[in-house]
Amino acid sequence: MSSPDPLQAKLLADDLLARYVRCLDDGDLAAWPGFFTDPCIYRVTHRADDRAGYENALIFADSRGMLRDRVNAVENVSVYEPHGYRHIVGASLIEKVDGTLIDASTSFLVARIMQDGETSVFATGVYRDRIDISGDEPLFAEKIAVMDSERVDTLLAIPL
Amino acid sequence: MEGFDLVPEARPIWRDGDYSHIPFWVYSDAANYEAELRNIYKGPVWNYLCLAAELPGNGDYKTTKIGETPVLVVRGEDGVVRGFLNRCSHRGALLCLEPRGSVKRLTCVYHAWSYDLEGNLKNVAFEDGADGRGGMPDDFDKSRHGLRPIEVTEFCGLVFGSFDPKVPDIETYLGPESVRFLKRALGKAPLKLIGRSTQVMHNNWKLYLENVKDVYHATILHLFFTRFRLNRLGHEGGIIVSESGGHHVSYSKMDAERGNQDYASQDIRSTGEGFSLNDPSLLDSIDEWEDGITVQIQSVFPSLVIQVIQNSIAVRQILPTAVDRTDLNWNFVGFEGDSEEMTRTRVKLNNLVGPSGYISLEDGAIGGFVQRAIRGVEEDSGVVRMGGDDVTTVDYRATETSVRGFWKMYRGLMGV
Ligand code: FES
Ligand SMILES: [Fe+2]
Repeated sequence: MSSPDPLQAKLLADDLLARYVRCLDDGDLAAWPGFFTDPCIYRVTHRADDRAGYENALIFADSRGMLRDRVNAVENVSVYEPHGYRHIVGASLIEKVDGTLIDASTSFLVARIMQDGETSVFATGVYRDRIDISGDEPLFAEKIAVMDSERVDTLLAIPL
Repeated sequence: MEGFDLVPEARPIWRDGDYSHIPFWVYSDAANYEAELRNIYKGPVWNYLCLAAELPGNGDYKTTKIGETPVLVVRGEDGVVRGFLNRCSHRGALLCLEPRGSVKRLTCVYHAWSYDLEGNLKNVAFEDGADGRGGMPDDFDKSRHGLRPIEVTEFCGLVFGSFDPKVPDIETYLGPESVRFLKRALGKAPLKLIGRSTQVMHNNWKLYLENVKDVYHATILHLFFTRFRLNRLGHEGGIIVSESGGHHVSYSKMDAERGNQDYASQDIRSTGEGFSLNDPSLLDSIDEWEDGITVQIQSVFPSLVIQVIQNSIAVRQILPTAVDRTDLNWNFVGFEGDSEEMTRTRVKLNNLVGPSGYISLEDGAIGGFVQRAIRGVEEDSGVVRMGGDDVTTVDYRATETSVRGFWKMYRGLMGV
């Protein structure tokens, strides 16, 4: 795809994010790594660490293989009470378009639904995405989920 | 129930010297929890407060808690780190409201009393009144209204605090083996913080500290490690329990071949084979220890855990927030002078730990499973008899000796 105009960029970002959060909220984790380029960057961090410039992340991956390993662990190895997410994402703000790369920022709110139905706000924050539209379909070359809070209730198993 | 005689109110008698049977009420009894805040957290112990690296410059402060009590750690104009209650001497308002910052004076927002970094009360708003009327009486002596200090000491880049002036010096408190392993983990060079996070656990603080000391569960609950043969109970290593019982070190050396046969016969979930990483670079490590030890887990009673898993180093602070709630503050560290490659290696390996760690996320939930299950049946007790009933240092890992050590120190301090 050639370089998009601002409106196209926004539509591409919104559509990719809508499909991305549906994948996670439907529990279709096997499909999750397919939303990324290979190599890629996926990080989950929080605002305080981000502002301080700290390199560490709650989750860090730099390849699709590492994302697949995360799925494998979450689905087959890790022990936790069954739960699901509901992501609500805001309108994407297009920060920059550089050729076939779109930088977008998008607010998210993630509710966690436990098996007994207890529902709570699990995380809020912003996705800082770099979307690569050079291939057949737009993919995340970089996805940084910056949570507003550094507190995580119990555990973070399913990715944001 | 084994080890107990039931008394009429159905609370078991806890026999003196019994560290192998743990009554469940200790995890949920509100009065006992209040007693812990007095006898343990305010008692003759060293509580972890922060990293010295979090206070690099004079005037830098950090707020934290000892038990549930807010405290403040600040580096003075003279470079000395001091600790105070984070509480104004006037009417008791919180003094520093932010988790960290840098100041020349500590000024209370309520009526603007201000203190120097040594805790001396320097300024009282309208001390001489307004328009010549009111103000403090002549016998008001500012030097008697400074911030209430706490004992502070530094060791291996860690800042500890205590309410009790009679607390032993830190090396005596830790004992020689804990000192040796703390130096191994953190003593190479000044620490560098590379990230933080807090894991909120729905359980009593003791359940987490016991969990850290419990090597029995490590390779059973946390399957990731076991599947990759990073650490199995049969591996070379051991458990060191301090004289006091309260501190422990568990260490092991990686050996991909030993220890697998035992697991095959135990009917536990850990034995599944055929799990392999798509991207094994997750586990790439750089040899920085030179002693062959790949895993070191160390606890310092009552609030500190040090973890070294190859290049993944974390300083974890355990803070109770209620009888059935605990904050686990993760500080991920490296060393000053780390290369970019080393930092990247630490960051990748840190996928193993923290709130989403492959080998630690379960620990955020398991204490809550206990806390829920004991509700209403606190007359019963748990059993901690793996490896016998002793509190000793051993060179094997199929034991709960360090958990018993916890109860030895706990019962001594609590008088229960
Ligand atoms: S409470 Fe701090 S100045 Fe009054
Ligand atoms: Fe654990």
